[in-house]
This record gives sequence, structure tokens and C-alpha cells, in this order.
Amino acid sequence: MPRPKTTLTFPIERTTLDNGLRVVMAPDRSSPAVMIAAYYDVGFRSEPQGRTGFAHLFEHLMFEGSVSLEKGMHDRLVNGNGGIMNGSTRNDFTNYFEIMPSNALELGLFLEADRMRGLRLTEQNLAAQVAVVKEEVKVNVMNQPYGGFPWLFLPMALFETWPNAHNAYGEFADLDAANLDDTVAFFDRYYAPGNAVLALTGDIDPDATMRLIEQHFAGIPARDVPPTVDASEPVPSSERREQRVDPRAPQPAIALAYRTPDPITAFDEYCALILAGSILGDGDASSLHQRLLKRDRLASHLSAEVGLVAGTFEVRGPSMFQIAVWHPAETDAEQITKAIDEEIDVLADGVDAEELDRFRNAYLADLLGAIDNLMARGMLVAATEQQRGRAELINEIPAALAAVTPEQVAEVARTWLRPHQRALLEWQAGGGR
Amino acid sequence: MSAAPVQIPAVGRPKPLKVPPTEERTLRNGLRAIAIRRSTVPRAEIRLRIPAGGVYDTGDGTRARLVPETLLGGTGTRDSVAIARDLQRLGASLDAGADSDDLVVRGGGLAGNLPGLLELLAEVVTDAAFPADEVAIARDRVAQEIIIQRSQPSALASEALRARLFGKHRYGRPMPDPDAVRRIGPAPLRRFFEQRVLPRGSAIVIVGDMTPAKALDAVEGALGGWKGRSQLDKPSAPAPASIGRPTVLVARPGAVQTTIRLGGPALSRREDGFFSLALAVMVFGGYFSSRLVKNIREDKGYTYSPNTMLDHRRRASALIINADVGTEVTAAALLEIRYELGRMAASMVPQEELDQARRYLAGATSLAVQTQAGLASYVDGLVAAGVGLDFLRDFRRNLEAVTPKDVQDAAIRYLTPRGLQTVLVGDPAAVSTTVGAFDDLEQR
Repeated sequence: MPRPKTTLTFPIERTTLDNGLRVVMAPDRSSPAVMIAAYYDVGFRSEPQGRTGFAHLFEHLMFEGSVSLEKGMHDRLVNGNGGIMNGSTRNDFTNYFEIMPSNALELGLFLEADRMRGLRLTEQNLAAQVAVVKEEVKVNVMNQPYGGFPWLFLPMALFETWPNAHNAYGEFADLDAANLDDTVAFFDRYYAPGNAVLALTGDIDPDATMRLIEQHFAGIPARDVPPTVDASEPVPSSERREQRVDPRAPQPAIALAYRTPDPITAFDEYCALILAGSILGDGDASSLHQRLLKRDRLASHLSAEVGLVAGTFEVRGPSMFQIAVWHPAETDAEQITKAIDEEIDVLADGVDAEELDRFRNAYLADLLGAIDNLMARGMLVAATEQQRGRAELINEIPAALAAVTPEQVAEVARTWLRPHQRALLEWQAGGGR
Repeated sequence: MSAAPVQIPAVGRPKPLKVPPTEERTLRNGLRAIAIRRSTVPRAEIRLRIPAGGVYDTGDGTRARLVPETLLGGTGTRDSVAIARDLQRLGASLDAGADSDDLVVRGGGLAGNLPGLLELLAEVVTDAAFPADEVAIARDRVAQEIIIQRSQPSALASEALRARLFGKHRYGRPMPDPDAVRRIGPAPLRRFFEQRVLPRGSAIVIVGDMTPAKALDAVEGALGGWKGRSQLDKPSAPAPASIGRPTVLVARPGAVQTTIRLGGPALSRREDGFFSLALAVMVFGGYFSSRLVKNIREDKGYTYSPNTMLDHRRRASALIINADVGTEVTAAALLEIRYELGRMAASMVPQEELDQARRYLAGATSLAVQTQAGLASYVDGLVAAGVGLDFLRDFRRNLEAVTPKDVQDAAIRYLTPRGLQTVLVGDPAAVSTTVGAFDDLEQR
């Protein structure tokens, strides 16, 4: 079969303003829409001790009014001109974005510049958003069986240091303790132009856009930039186990987590682990699917992926490989982990080139599908520029995956997927309604 | 901080929505095929929709649910592993599922391998074998999925609301009983497949980096030999729900939130007045800048993500309001939802507020169809509803014709506290006294 085209060639342009704001552009004029994204170098990992959930709470406040705009104006200006907007808080960044018809590009730039310049923080808005965030945690975690499984709780089991292992959504006591002085200080420290990347993706003319960016952002004064968080910590030397009881879950589940090669400094090895993970757990042809769901019938559903909640490629510092397995009460964690260990051993003994090619092919095809989405593409461009200074990575991933050899895949399995290095989260079913 | 006078940048007119090159053909066996070129990435998306969904299962609903779950479990010539590996070689994926109306195979992959993917798809829909071991695995998995789904408050609320809106019609009973699922064997699945998975009445949509005419030739080459005629039975539409019934309270003792759902009938995309209703929904609660979000999220902090939507099935459309609120503010939130509903009916929407909603809906729709997958799903949704492709072309013009009076008229008919059924999933000990002060409650 001839190898079909899988290359990407998005042009990338970048510049840095005098105030330190880094700008990256990935023009693509195939559709009349543009994504304007501001990525700030502040995430869960930046949160001070005792202030769990603060980065995310602060994200909510960025929509509550800025220098020139009353509360609600930002949303009305974006929505009312045919655009969508959102923000999200992740391990290594907090992002804010608008996807607008390209005729509204300048409006989007104005809106991001206005809140980079300053916020209108009030006691009343803070109290309302503390309440909203608590309802968010309830709907996504507390009121929902399997809420937070495994994305919120698995890193707490795998990691030991504060930046990686604290409750990123926030303890309610910490959220309630937030006060206006903290929010002002947080903005001053982390929302400096030099701590941000502005990424424009989609239907833009780079030269004209650059002039608009200068016009709206160059006047924001430079401030000190905080040092990058060092979230490094040693790989576990013995298995870490945690149990959680979910009172309303009808069936148990387990999740395993392993550390990975560094996603930036060891990118080639990281790509090898992505494909190792794919062979183990990606789809019906994967070895764990065949073993756990088909041959041994130990489980009803499984998923496997490399990355944190931020994604696979949008992580700086420690990342993880996770396997989540939903199983009936008749089977247990020991049987399942034993079967997983055996399948990892098979992988570590060697990988067939044809098999690797199949999984690589499927992974690449999925990645191309994801990148077709302007939001996913704009996020990848922005995060890779923020974390690596290399938005070109979007074009380089296919080649990096293509270069992975069977021996590298076996090697990462031997080095990184050992039982004594992992965490095991047992999710116990209470079975109530 | 004092606000300096600022100039908010002006926004010009949006570029017109371009519908990319489209070709359509109906094959001799009755299969309708639509191909659209979008070359943003070297992929193609496929949606194959077959009238074999829940409404065609006259029994307990297990066959319509399990046939798609085992469709990729093997054919006369390939077992499930061979199918999965061949899909990987093609750089493609296929996934089958069913909604209340149709069986849908969704997939996609590298555009250069589209003919090979269509050949594999054809083999699956003409020659699925339903091997006993695959059926045994799938039925256990599906039973577990249903049990897990029913543990979710949103699923409990949705089931209770659908039962209220659609009664004993299949639309009112979307999930089969897990015990019945565990008992089914291959033979009834094979019979349902043979009688129902047929080309007449089916439609395939392809969107991707290829010439539309060539894609249709590939469809004809692969699926032209798909044979068989289904009986032309027409499942009935659900009877209209009666109004004025008590509020349903599904007990979930100790729940920290109440899952609030309100629902009622709505207009389909084929009916006059649809665009007025669509804009009434937007203004009320359909987007972030809507009245409902401003009231119960931004001003009061009762909830994280309230929303309102139109849910279209082929034989009925519904309007649904969602809000998951703190247990202690359940009655207060319900009162605010009904206040905002009443306000929609009682007074005319200001022109600027309507224009904002109009621009949002036009813009969000343009964004939704900018990816291959988004456009494929959108067109597939039109096909499912029996709506022509010119719906998308005329969308903006039809929105522009709607006046504030039209929106009020739509709200009076469809967005009224009186006309909507209410379902709550929450802690009866904490909410029944306060909610009971203004609603009759039927506790479950």
C-alpha cells in the first residue's frame, strides 16, 4: 500500500515585544476564522502551599471585567460578534482564547490586551466565582460517580511533591479563604506581559496582524517575570498504592500511572513511549484490549494515554503514562495488574516492525484529525511556543513519530514501565444511588 | 481602577459562509451519497446512516443497541482482530452506534486510503457475521455501560424527562434493560441485521481532501453491490405529552447538587417558525451571554454551566433546559429559571439583544462546520432530520428575517413555565419542602 500524505506545513512566525510579550502566528487562510489565545505561565504547579485551586479560581476572575470593560462586556462582545471564548487552567499554563470570525480579529486583540492591562476585581465578583467554582467541582467530581477518575486523583498517587501532587481543583476551605488582596498579588506576579505568549492561528495576514498587536499590546508596561517552577522529582523506587471509595459507583476500576521521559529534553524517547502506550492500549487491536477485554475477560473497558490533563504535548516537566481499567466486582486489581505486567514484558522483549507501523499509522491519522480543529491547533501552537519556544513542533511531530524504531519502543518499556516505578489507584465501588 | 475612555474596535461584516464543492448521487440500490471537498488536512470523514435505530426494534430495544456494538466483530472473511488491524494499516477508524432513529457508522482516515476504507465498510455492512464469542463479550460490556450510565445523575434525569415527554414510545425509553442485554444471542442480532441494515433509506456523507465526484465513484464501486430491500414500515411519531403534570423528583439521598431538567416540545428544522424558536432559545439560555447564564451563574453563583438546547430526532424535537445547582439553592434556582421563562413570554426582546444572539448563532454555526469532522456531522444531522443541504446555505438569511415579535411568539408557545415538564434528581430531605411550596411533586 502506498504511504499516503501525513505531513503538515503550517507556517510559523514569531516576535517578542519590548515589554517581553512573546507573539507567535500560524496563519492558515482556508476558513474565515481566527483563534486568539493568551497563554500565561502559571498553572496548578505554580500554586502556593495552602492555596489549592487558586490558579483556576483566578481564571474565572479574568472574565469579570477589565480596565475598560464592565463585567459581562467581554462575553457579549465575543458572542455578539459570532465568536466563542473560554479559558482553562492546566499544569503548566492558564489560557484564555477567543475563536472569532476573522473580521473581528482586532476586537479579540483589544479584549486580550485590555485584561492583560488590568482587572476590575470586586468582593462581590470574587464571592460569586468562588460559588461557581464550587458548583463546577461538585458537578464534575463530587456529585458524579467516577468524578475525577483518573485525571484528578491519579497524579496525586504518582507524584509526591506539592507542585505535582496537590488537589488541583481546590479544597473548598482553600477556595473559601481566597481574598481580594491575594488576587491582586497573583495578577501582579503572574500576568505580566513577559510571562505570556500571544498566539494567533487561522485566517490572518501576518504583517497587518503584527501592526495591530503592536498597537494594542506594546503599551502594556513590562513587569518582573517570576522564575519557572521546578516541578522535577525522582521516579518512584517502589510501587505507590492508593484506594478511594466512591459511594455511588456501581463497579470498581483501577488506574496505573508511570513516569515518562521528559517531554521536552527527551522528546525522541517521549515519542517512543507514546507509541509503546499506543500498542498497549489504543483501540481494539491493542495488546491490553485483546488480553483484558477479549482473552481473559477481566475488564469491560480500558483507556491508555501519555500526558497529563493538559494533553500529551502540552506538558513541561514530569508527565505520565496512564492506564485506566473498569472491571466487574468479580475480578480484582491483582489479576489485572499481573496481566498488564505480562503484556508490558512482551512489549519490552521486542516489537514487530509491522505492528509498530500499524499503530503509528493510526496515531498519526488521529492526530491529523485533531489538528483539523482550529481550537486544538491553536492550543498546540500556543503551548509548544510557551513551553519550548518551538511552535514548529506541530509540523515536526509526524516526522518524530516516524523516526521511532522498534528497539526504542522496547527500550522505553523496559526502562519506564516497571511495576516498582508506578502508582496504582484502586477505585472501590460503594454501589449506592 | 478608573476607566479611561476607550475605543472598542469596530467589527466589519463577516465573510459569507462558503459551502464547499458538493456532489450528490443516489445509487441504484437506493443508497444516497453526498461528498464534499474540504482539504484542510489530508484526511476524509465518513458518516453512514442506516434506518435501523431504536424505533425499528419492536422488542425490548436490545437488538438495535447491540447490532452496531458487534458490527465490527467479524465478517465472513475477517475476524475482529483482522478488521482492527486492517483499519490501522489504512490509517483509519470506524465506530458504530445507534440513536433512537438510526444506526450510524462514523469514521475517517487518511484521504489517500479512502477507497480501501469504503471497501472495508462495505464488507462490514453486507457480511457482518456476529460471532458468538464477540456477541457474548459485547453484551456484557454494554450491560456494564448501561449500569454505569444509570449511576450518573444526568442520565437519571434525562431518562425521567424523556419518559415524561415521549411516554411509551421508543424515544421515551432510550436505554434497554441490562439484564435483557445480557441474555441476547447472535441469532436475533443476525435477523435484525438482515432485515434492517440495507441500502434503501440509508445515506453516506463523505467530507475530506478529495475530489467529490471521485469519492462518489469510490462509494459506488464499494457499496453499489449492497443489496436487499427493507420493508417500508414507518415507525410512528410519539404522541404529544400532556401538560400540567407534577414535577418528578428522583431520590438521590445526600446529593450535593440537584440536577434540574426542564423539557417540552419544539419545532423541527423543517417547520415554519424554527428560526424564531432557535433565537428565543439562544436569548433565554443557549449561550454564555444569555439571560439564564447571567442570572443563575454570573449574578448568583448557583451553578457552573447551565444551558438550553433543541434536541432533534426524526419524529419529534424537544427543548431542554439543564442546570446542576447546589442542593441548598434548588428552589431558588428553579424559581429564577421560571422567572426568566416568563420574562421571555411577557415582554419583547430588545433589538440589540436579539441581534447579538443572531450573530452568535450564525458565527458558531460557521465555526462548527469548518473542520472535516464538524461539517460531516452537521450534514449527517441534516440528512437524519430529512432537511435539505440548502438549510446551511440559507441559515444566515433565515436568521436575519426574525423580529423581536417573532421571538416573543415562539417563547409564548414553547418557552413557558406551564408548558415544560420539570425533573429533579437530588436529595428529597433537602429539597422537597421548599420545592413543594410551589410544585406538586411526584417522588421516585
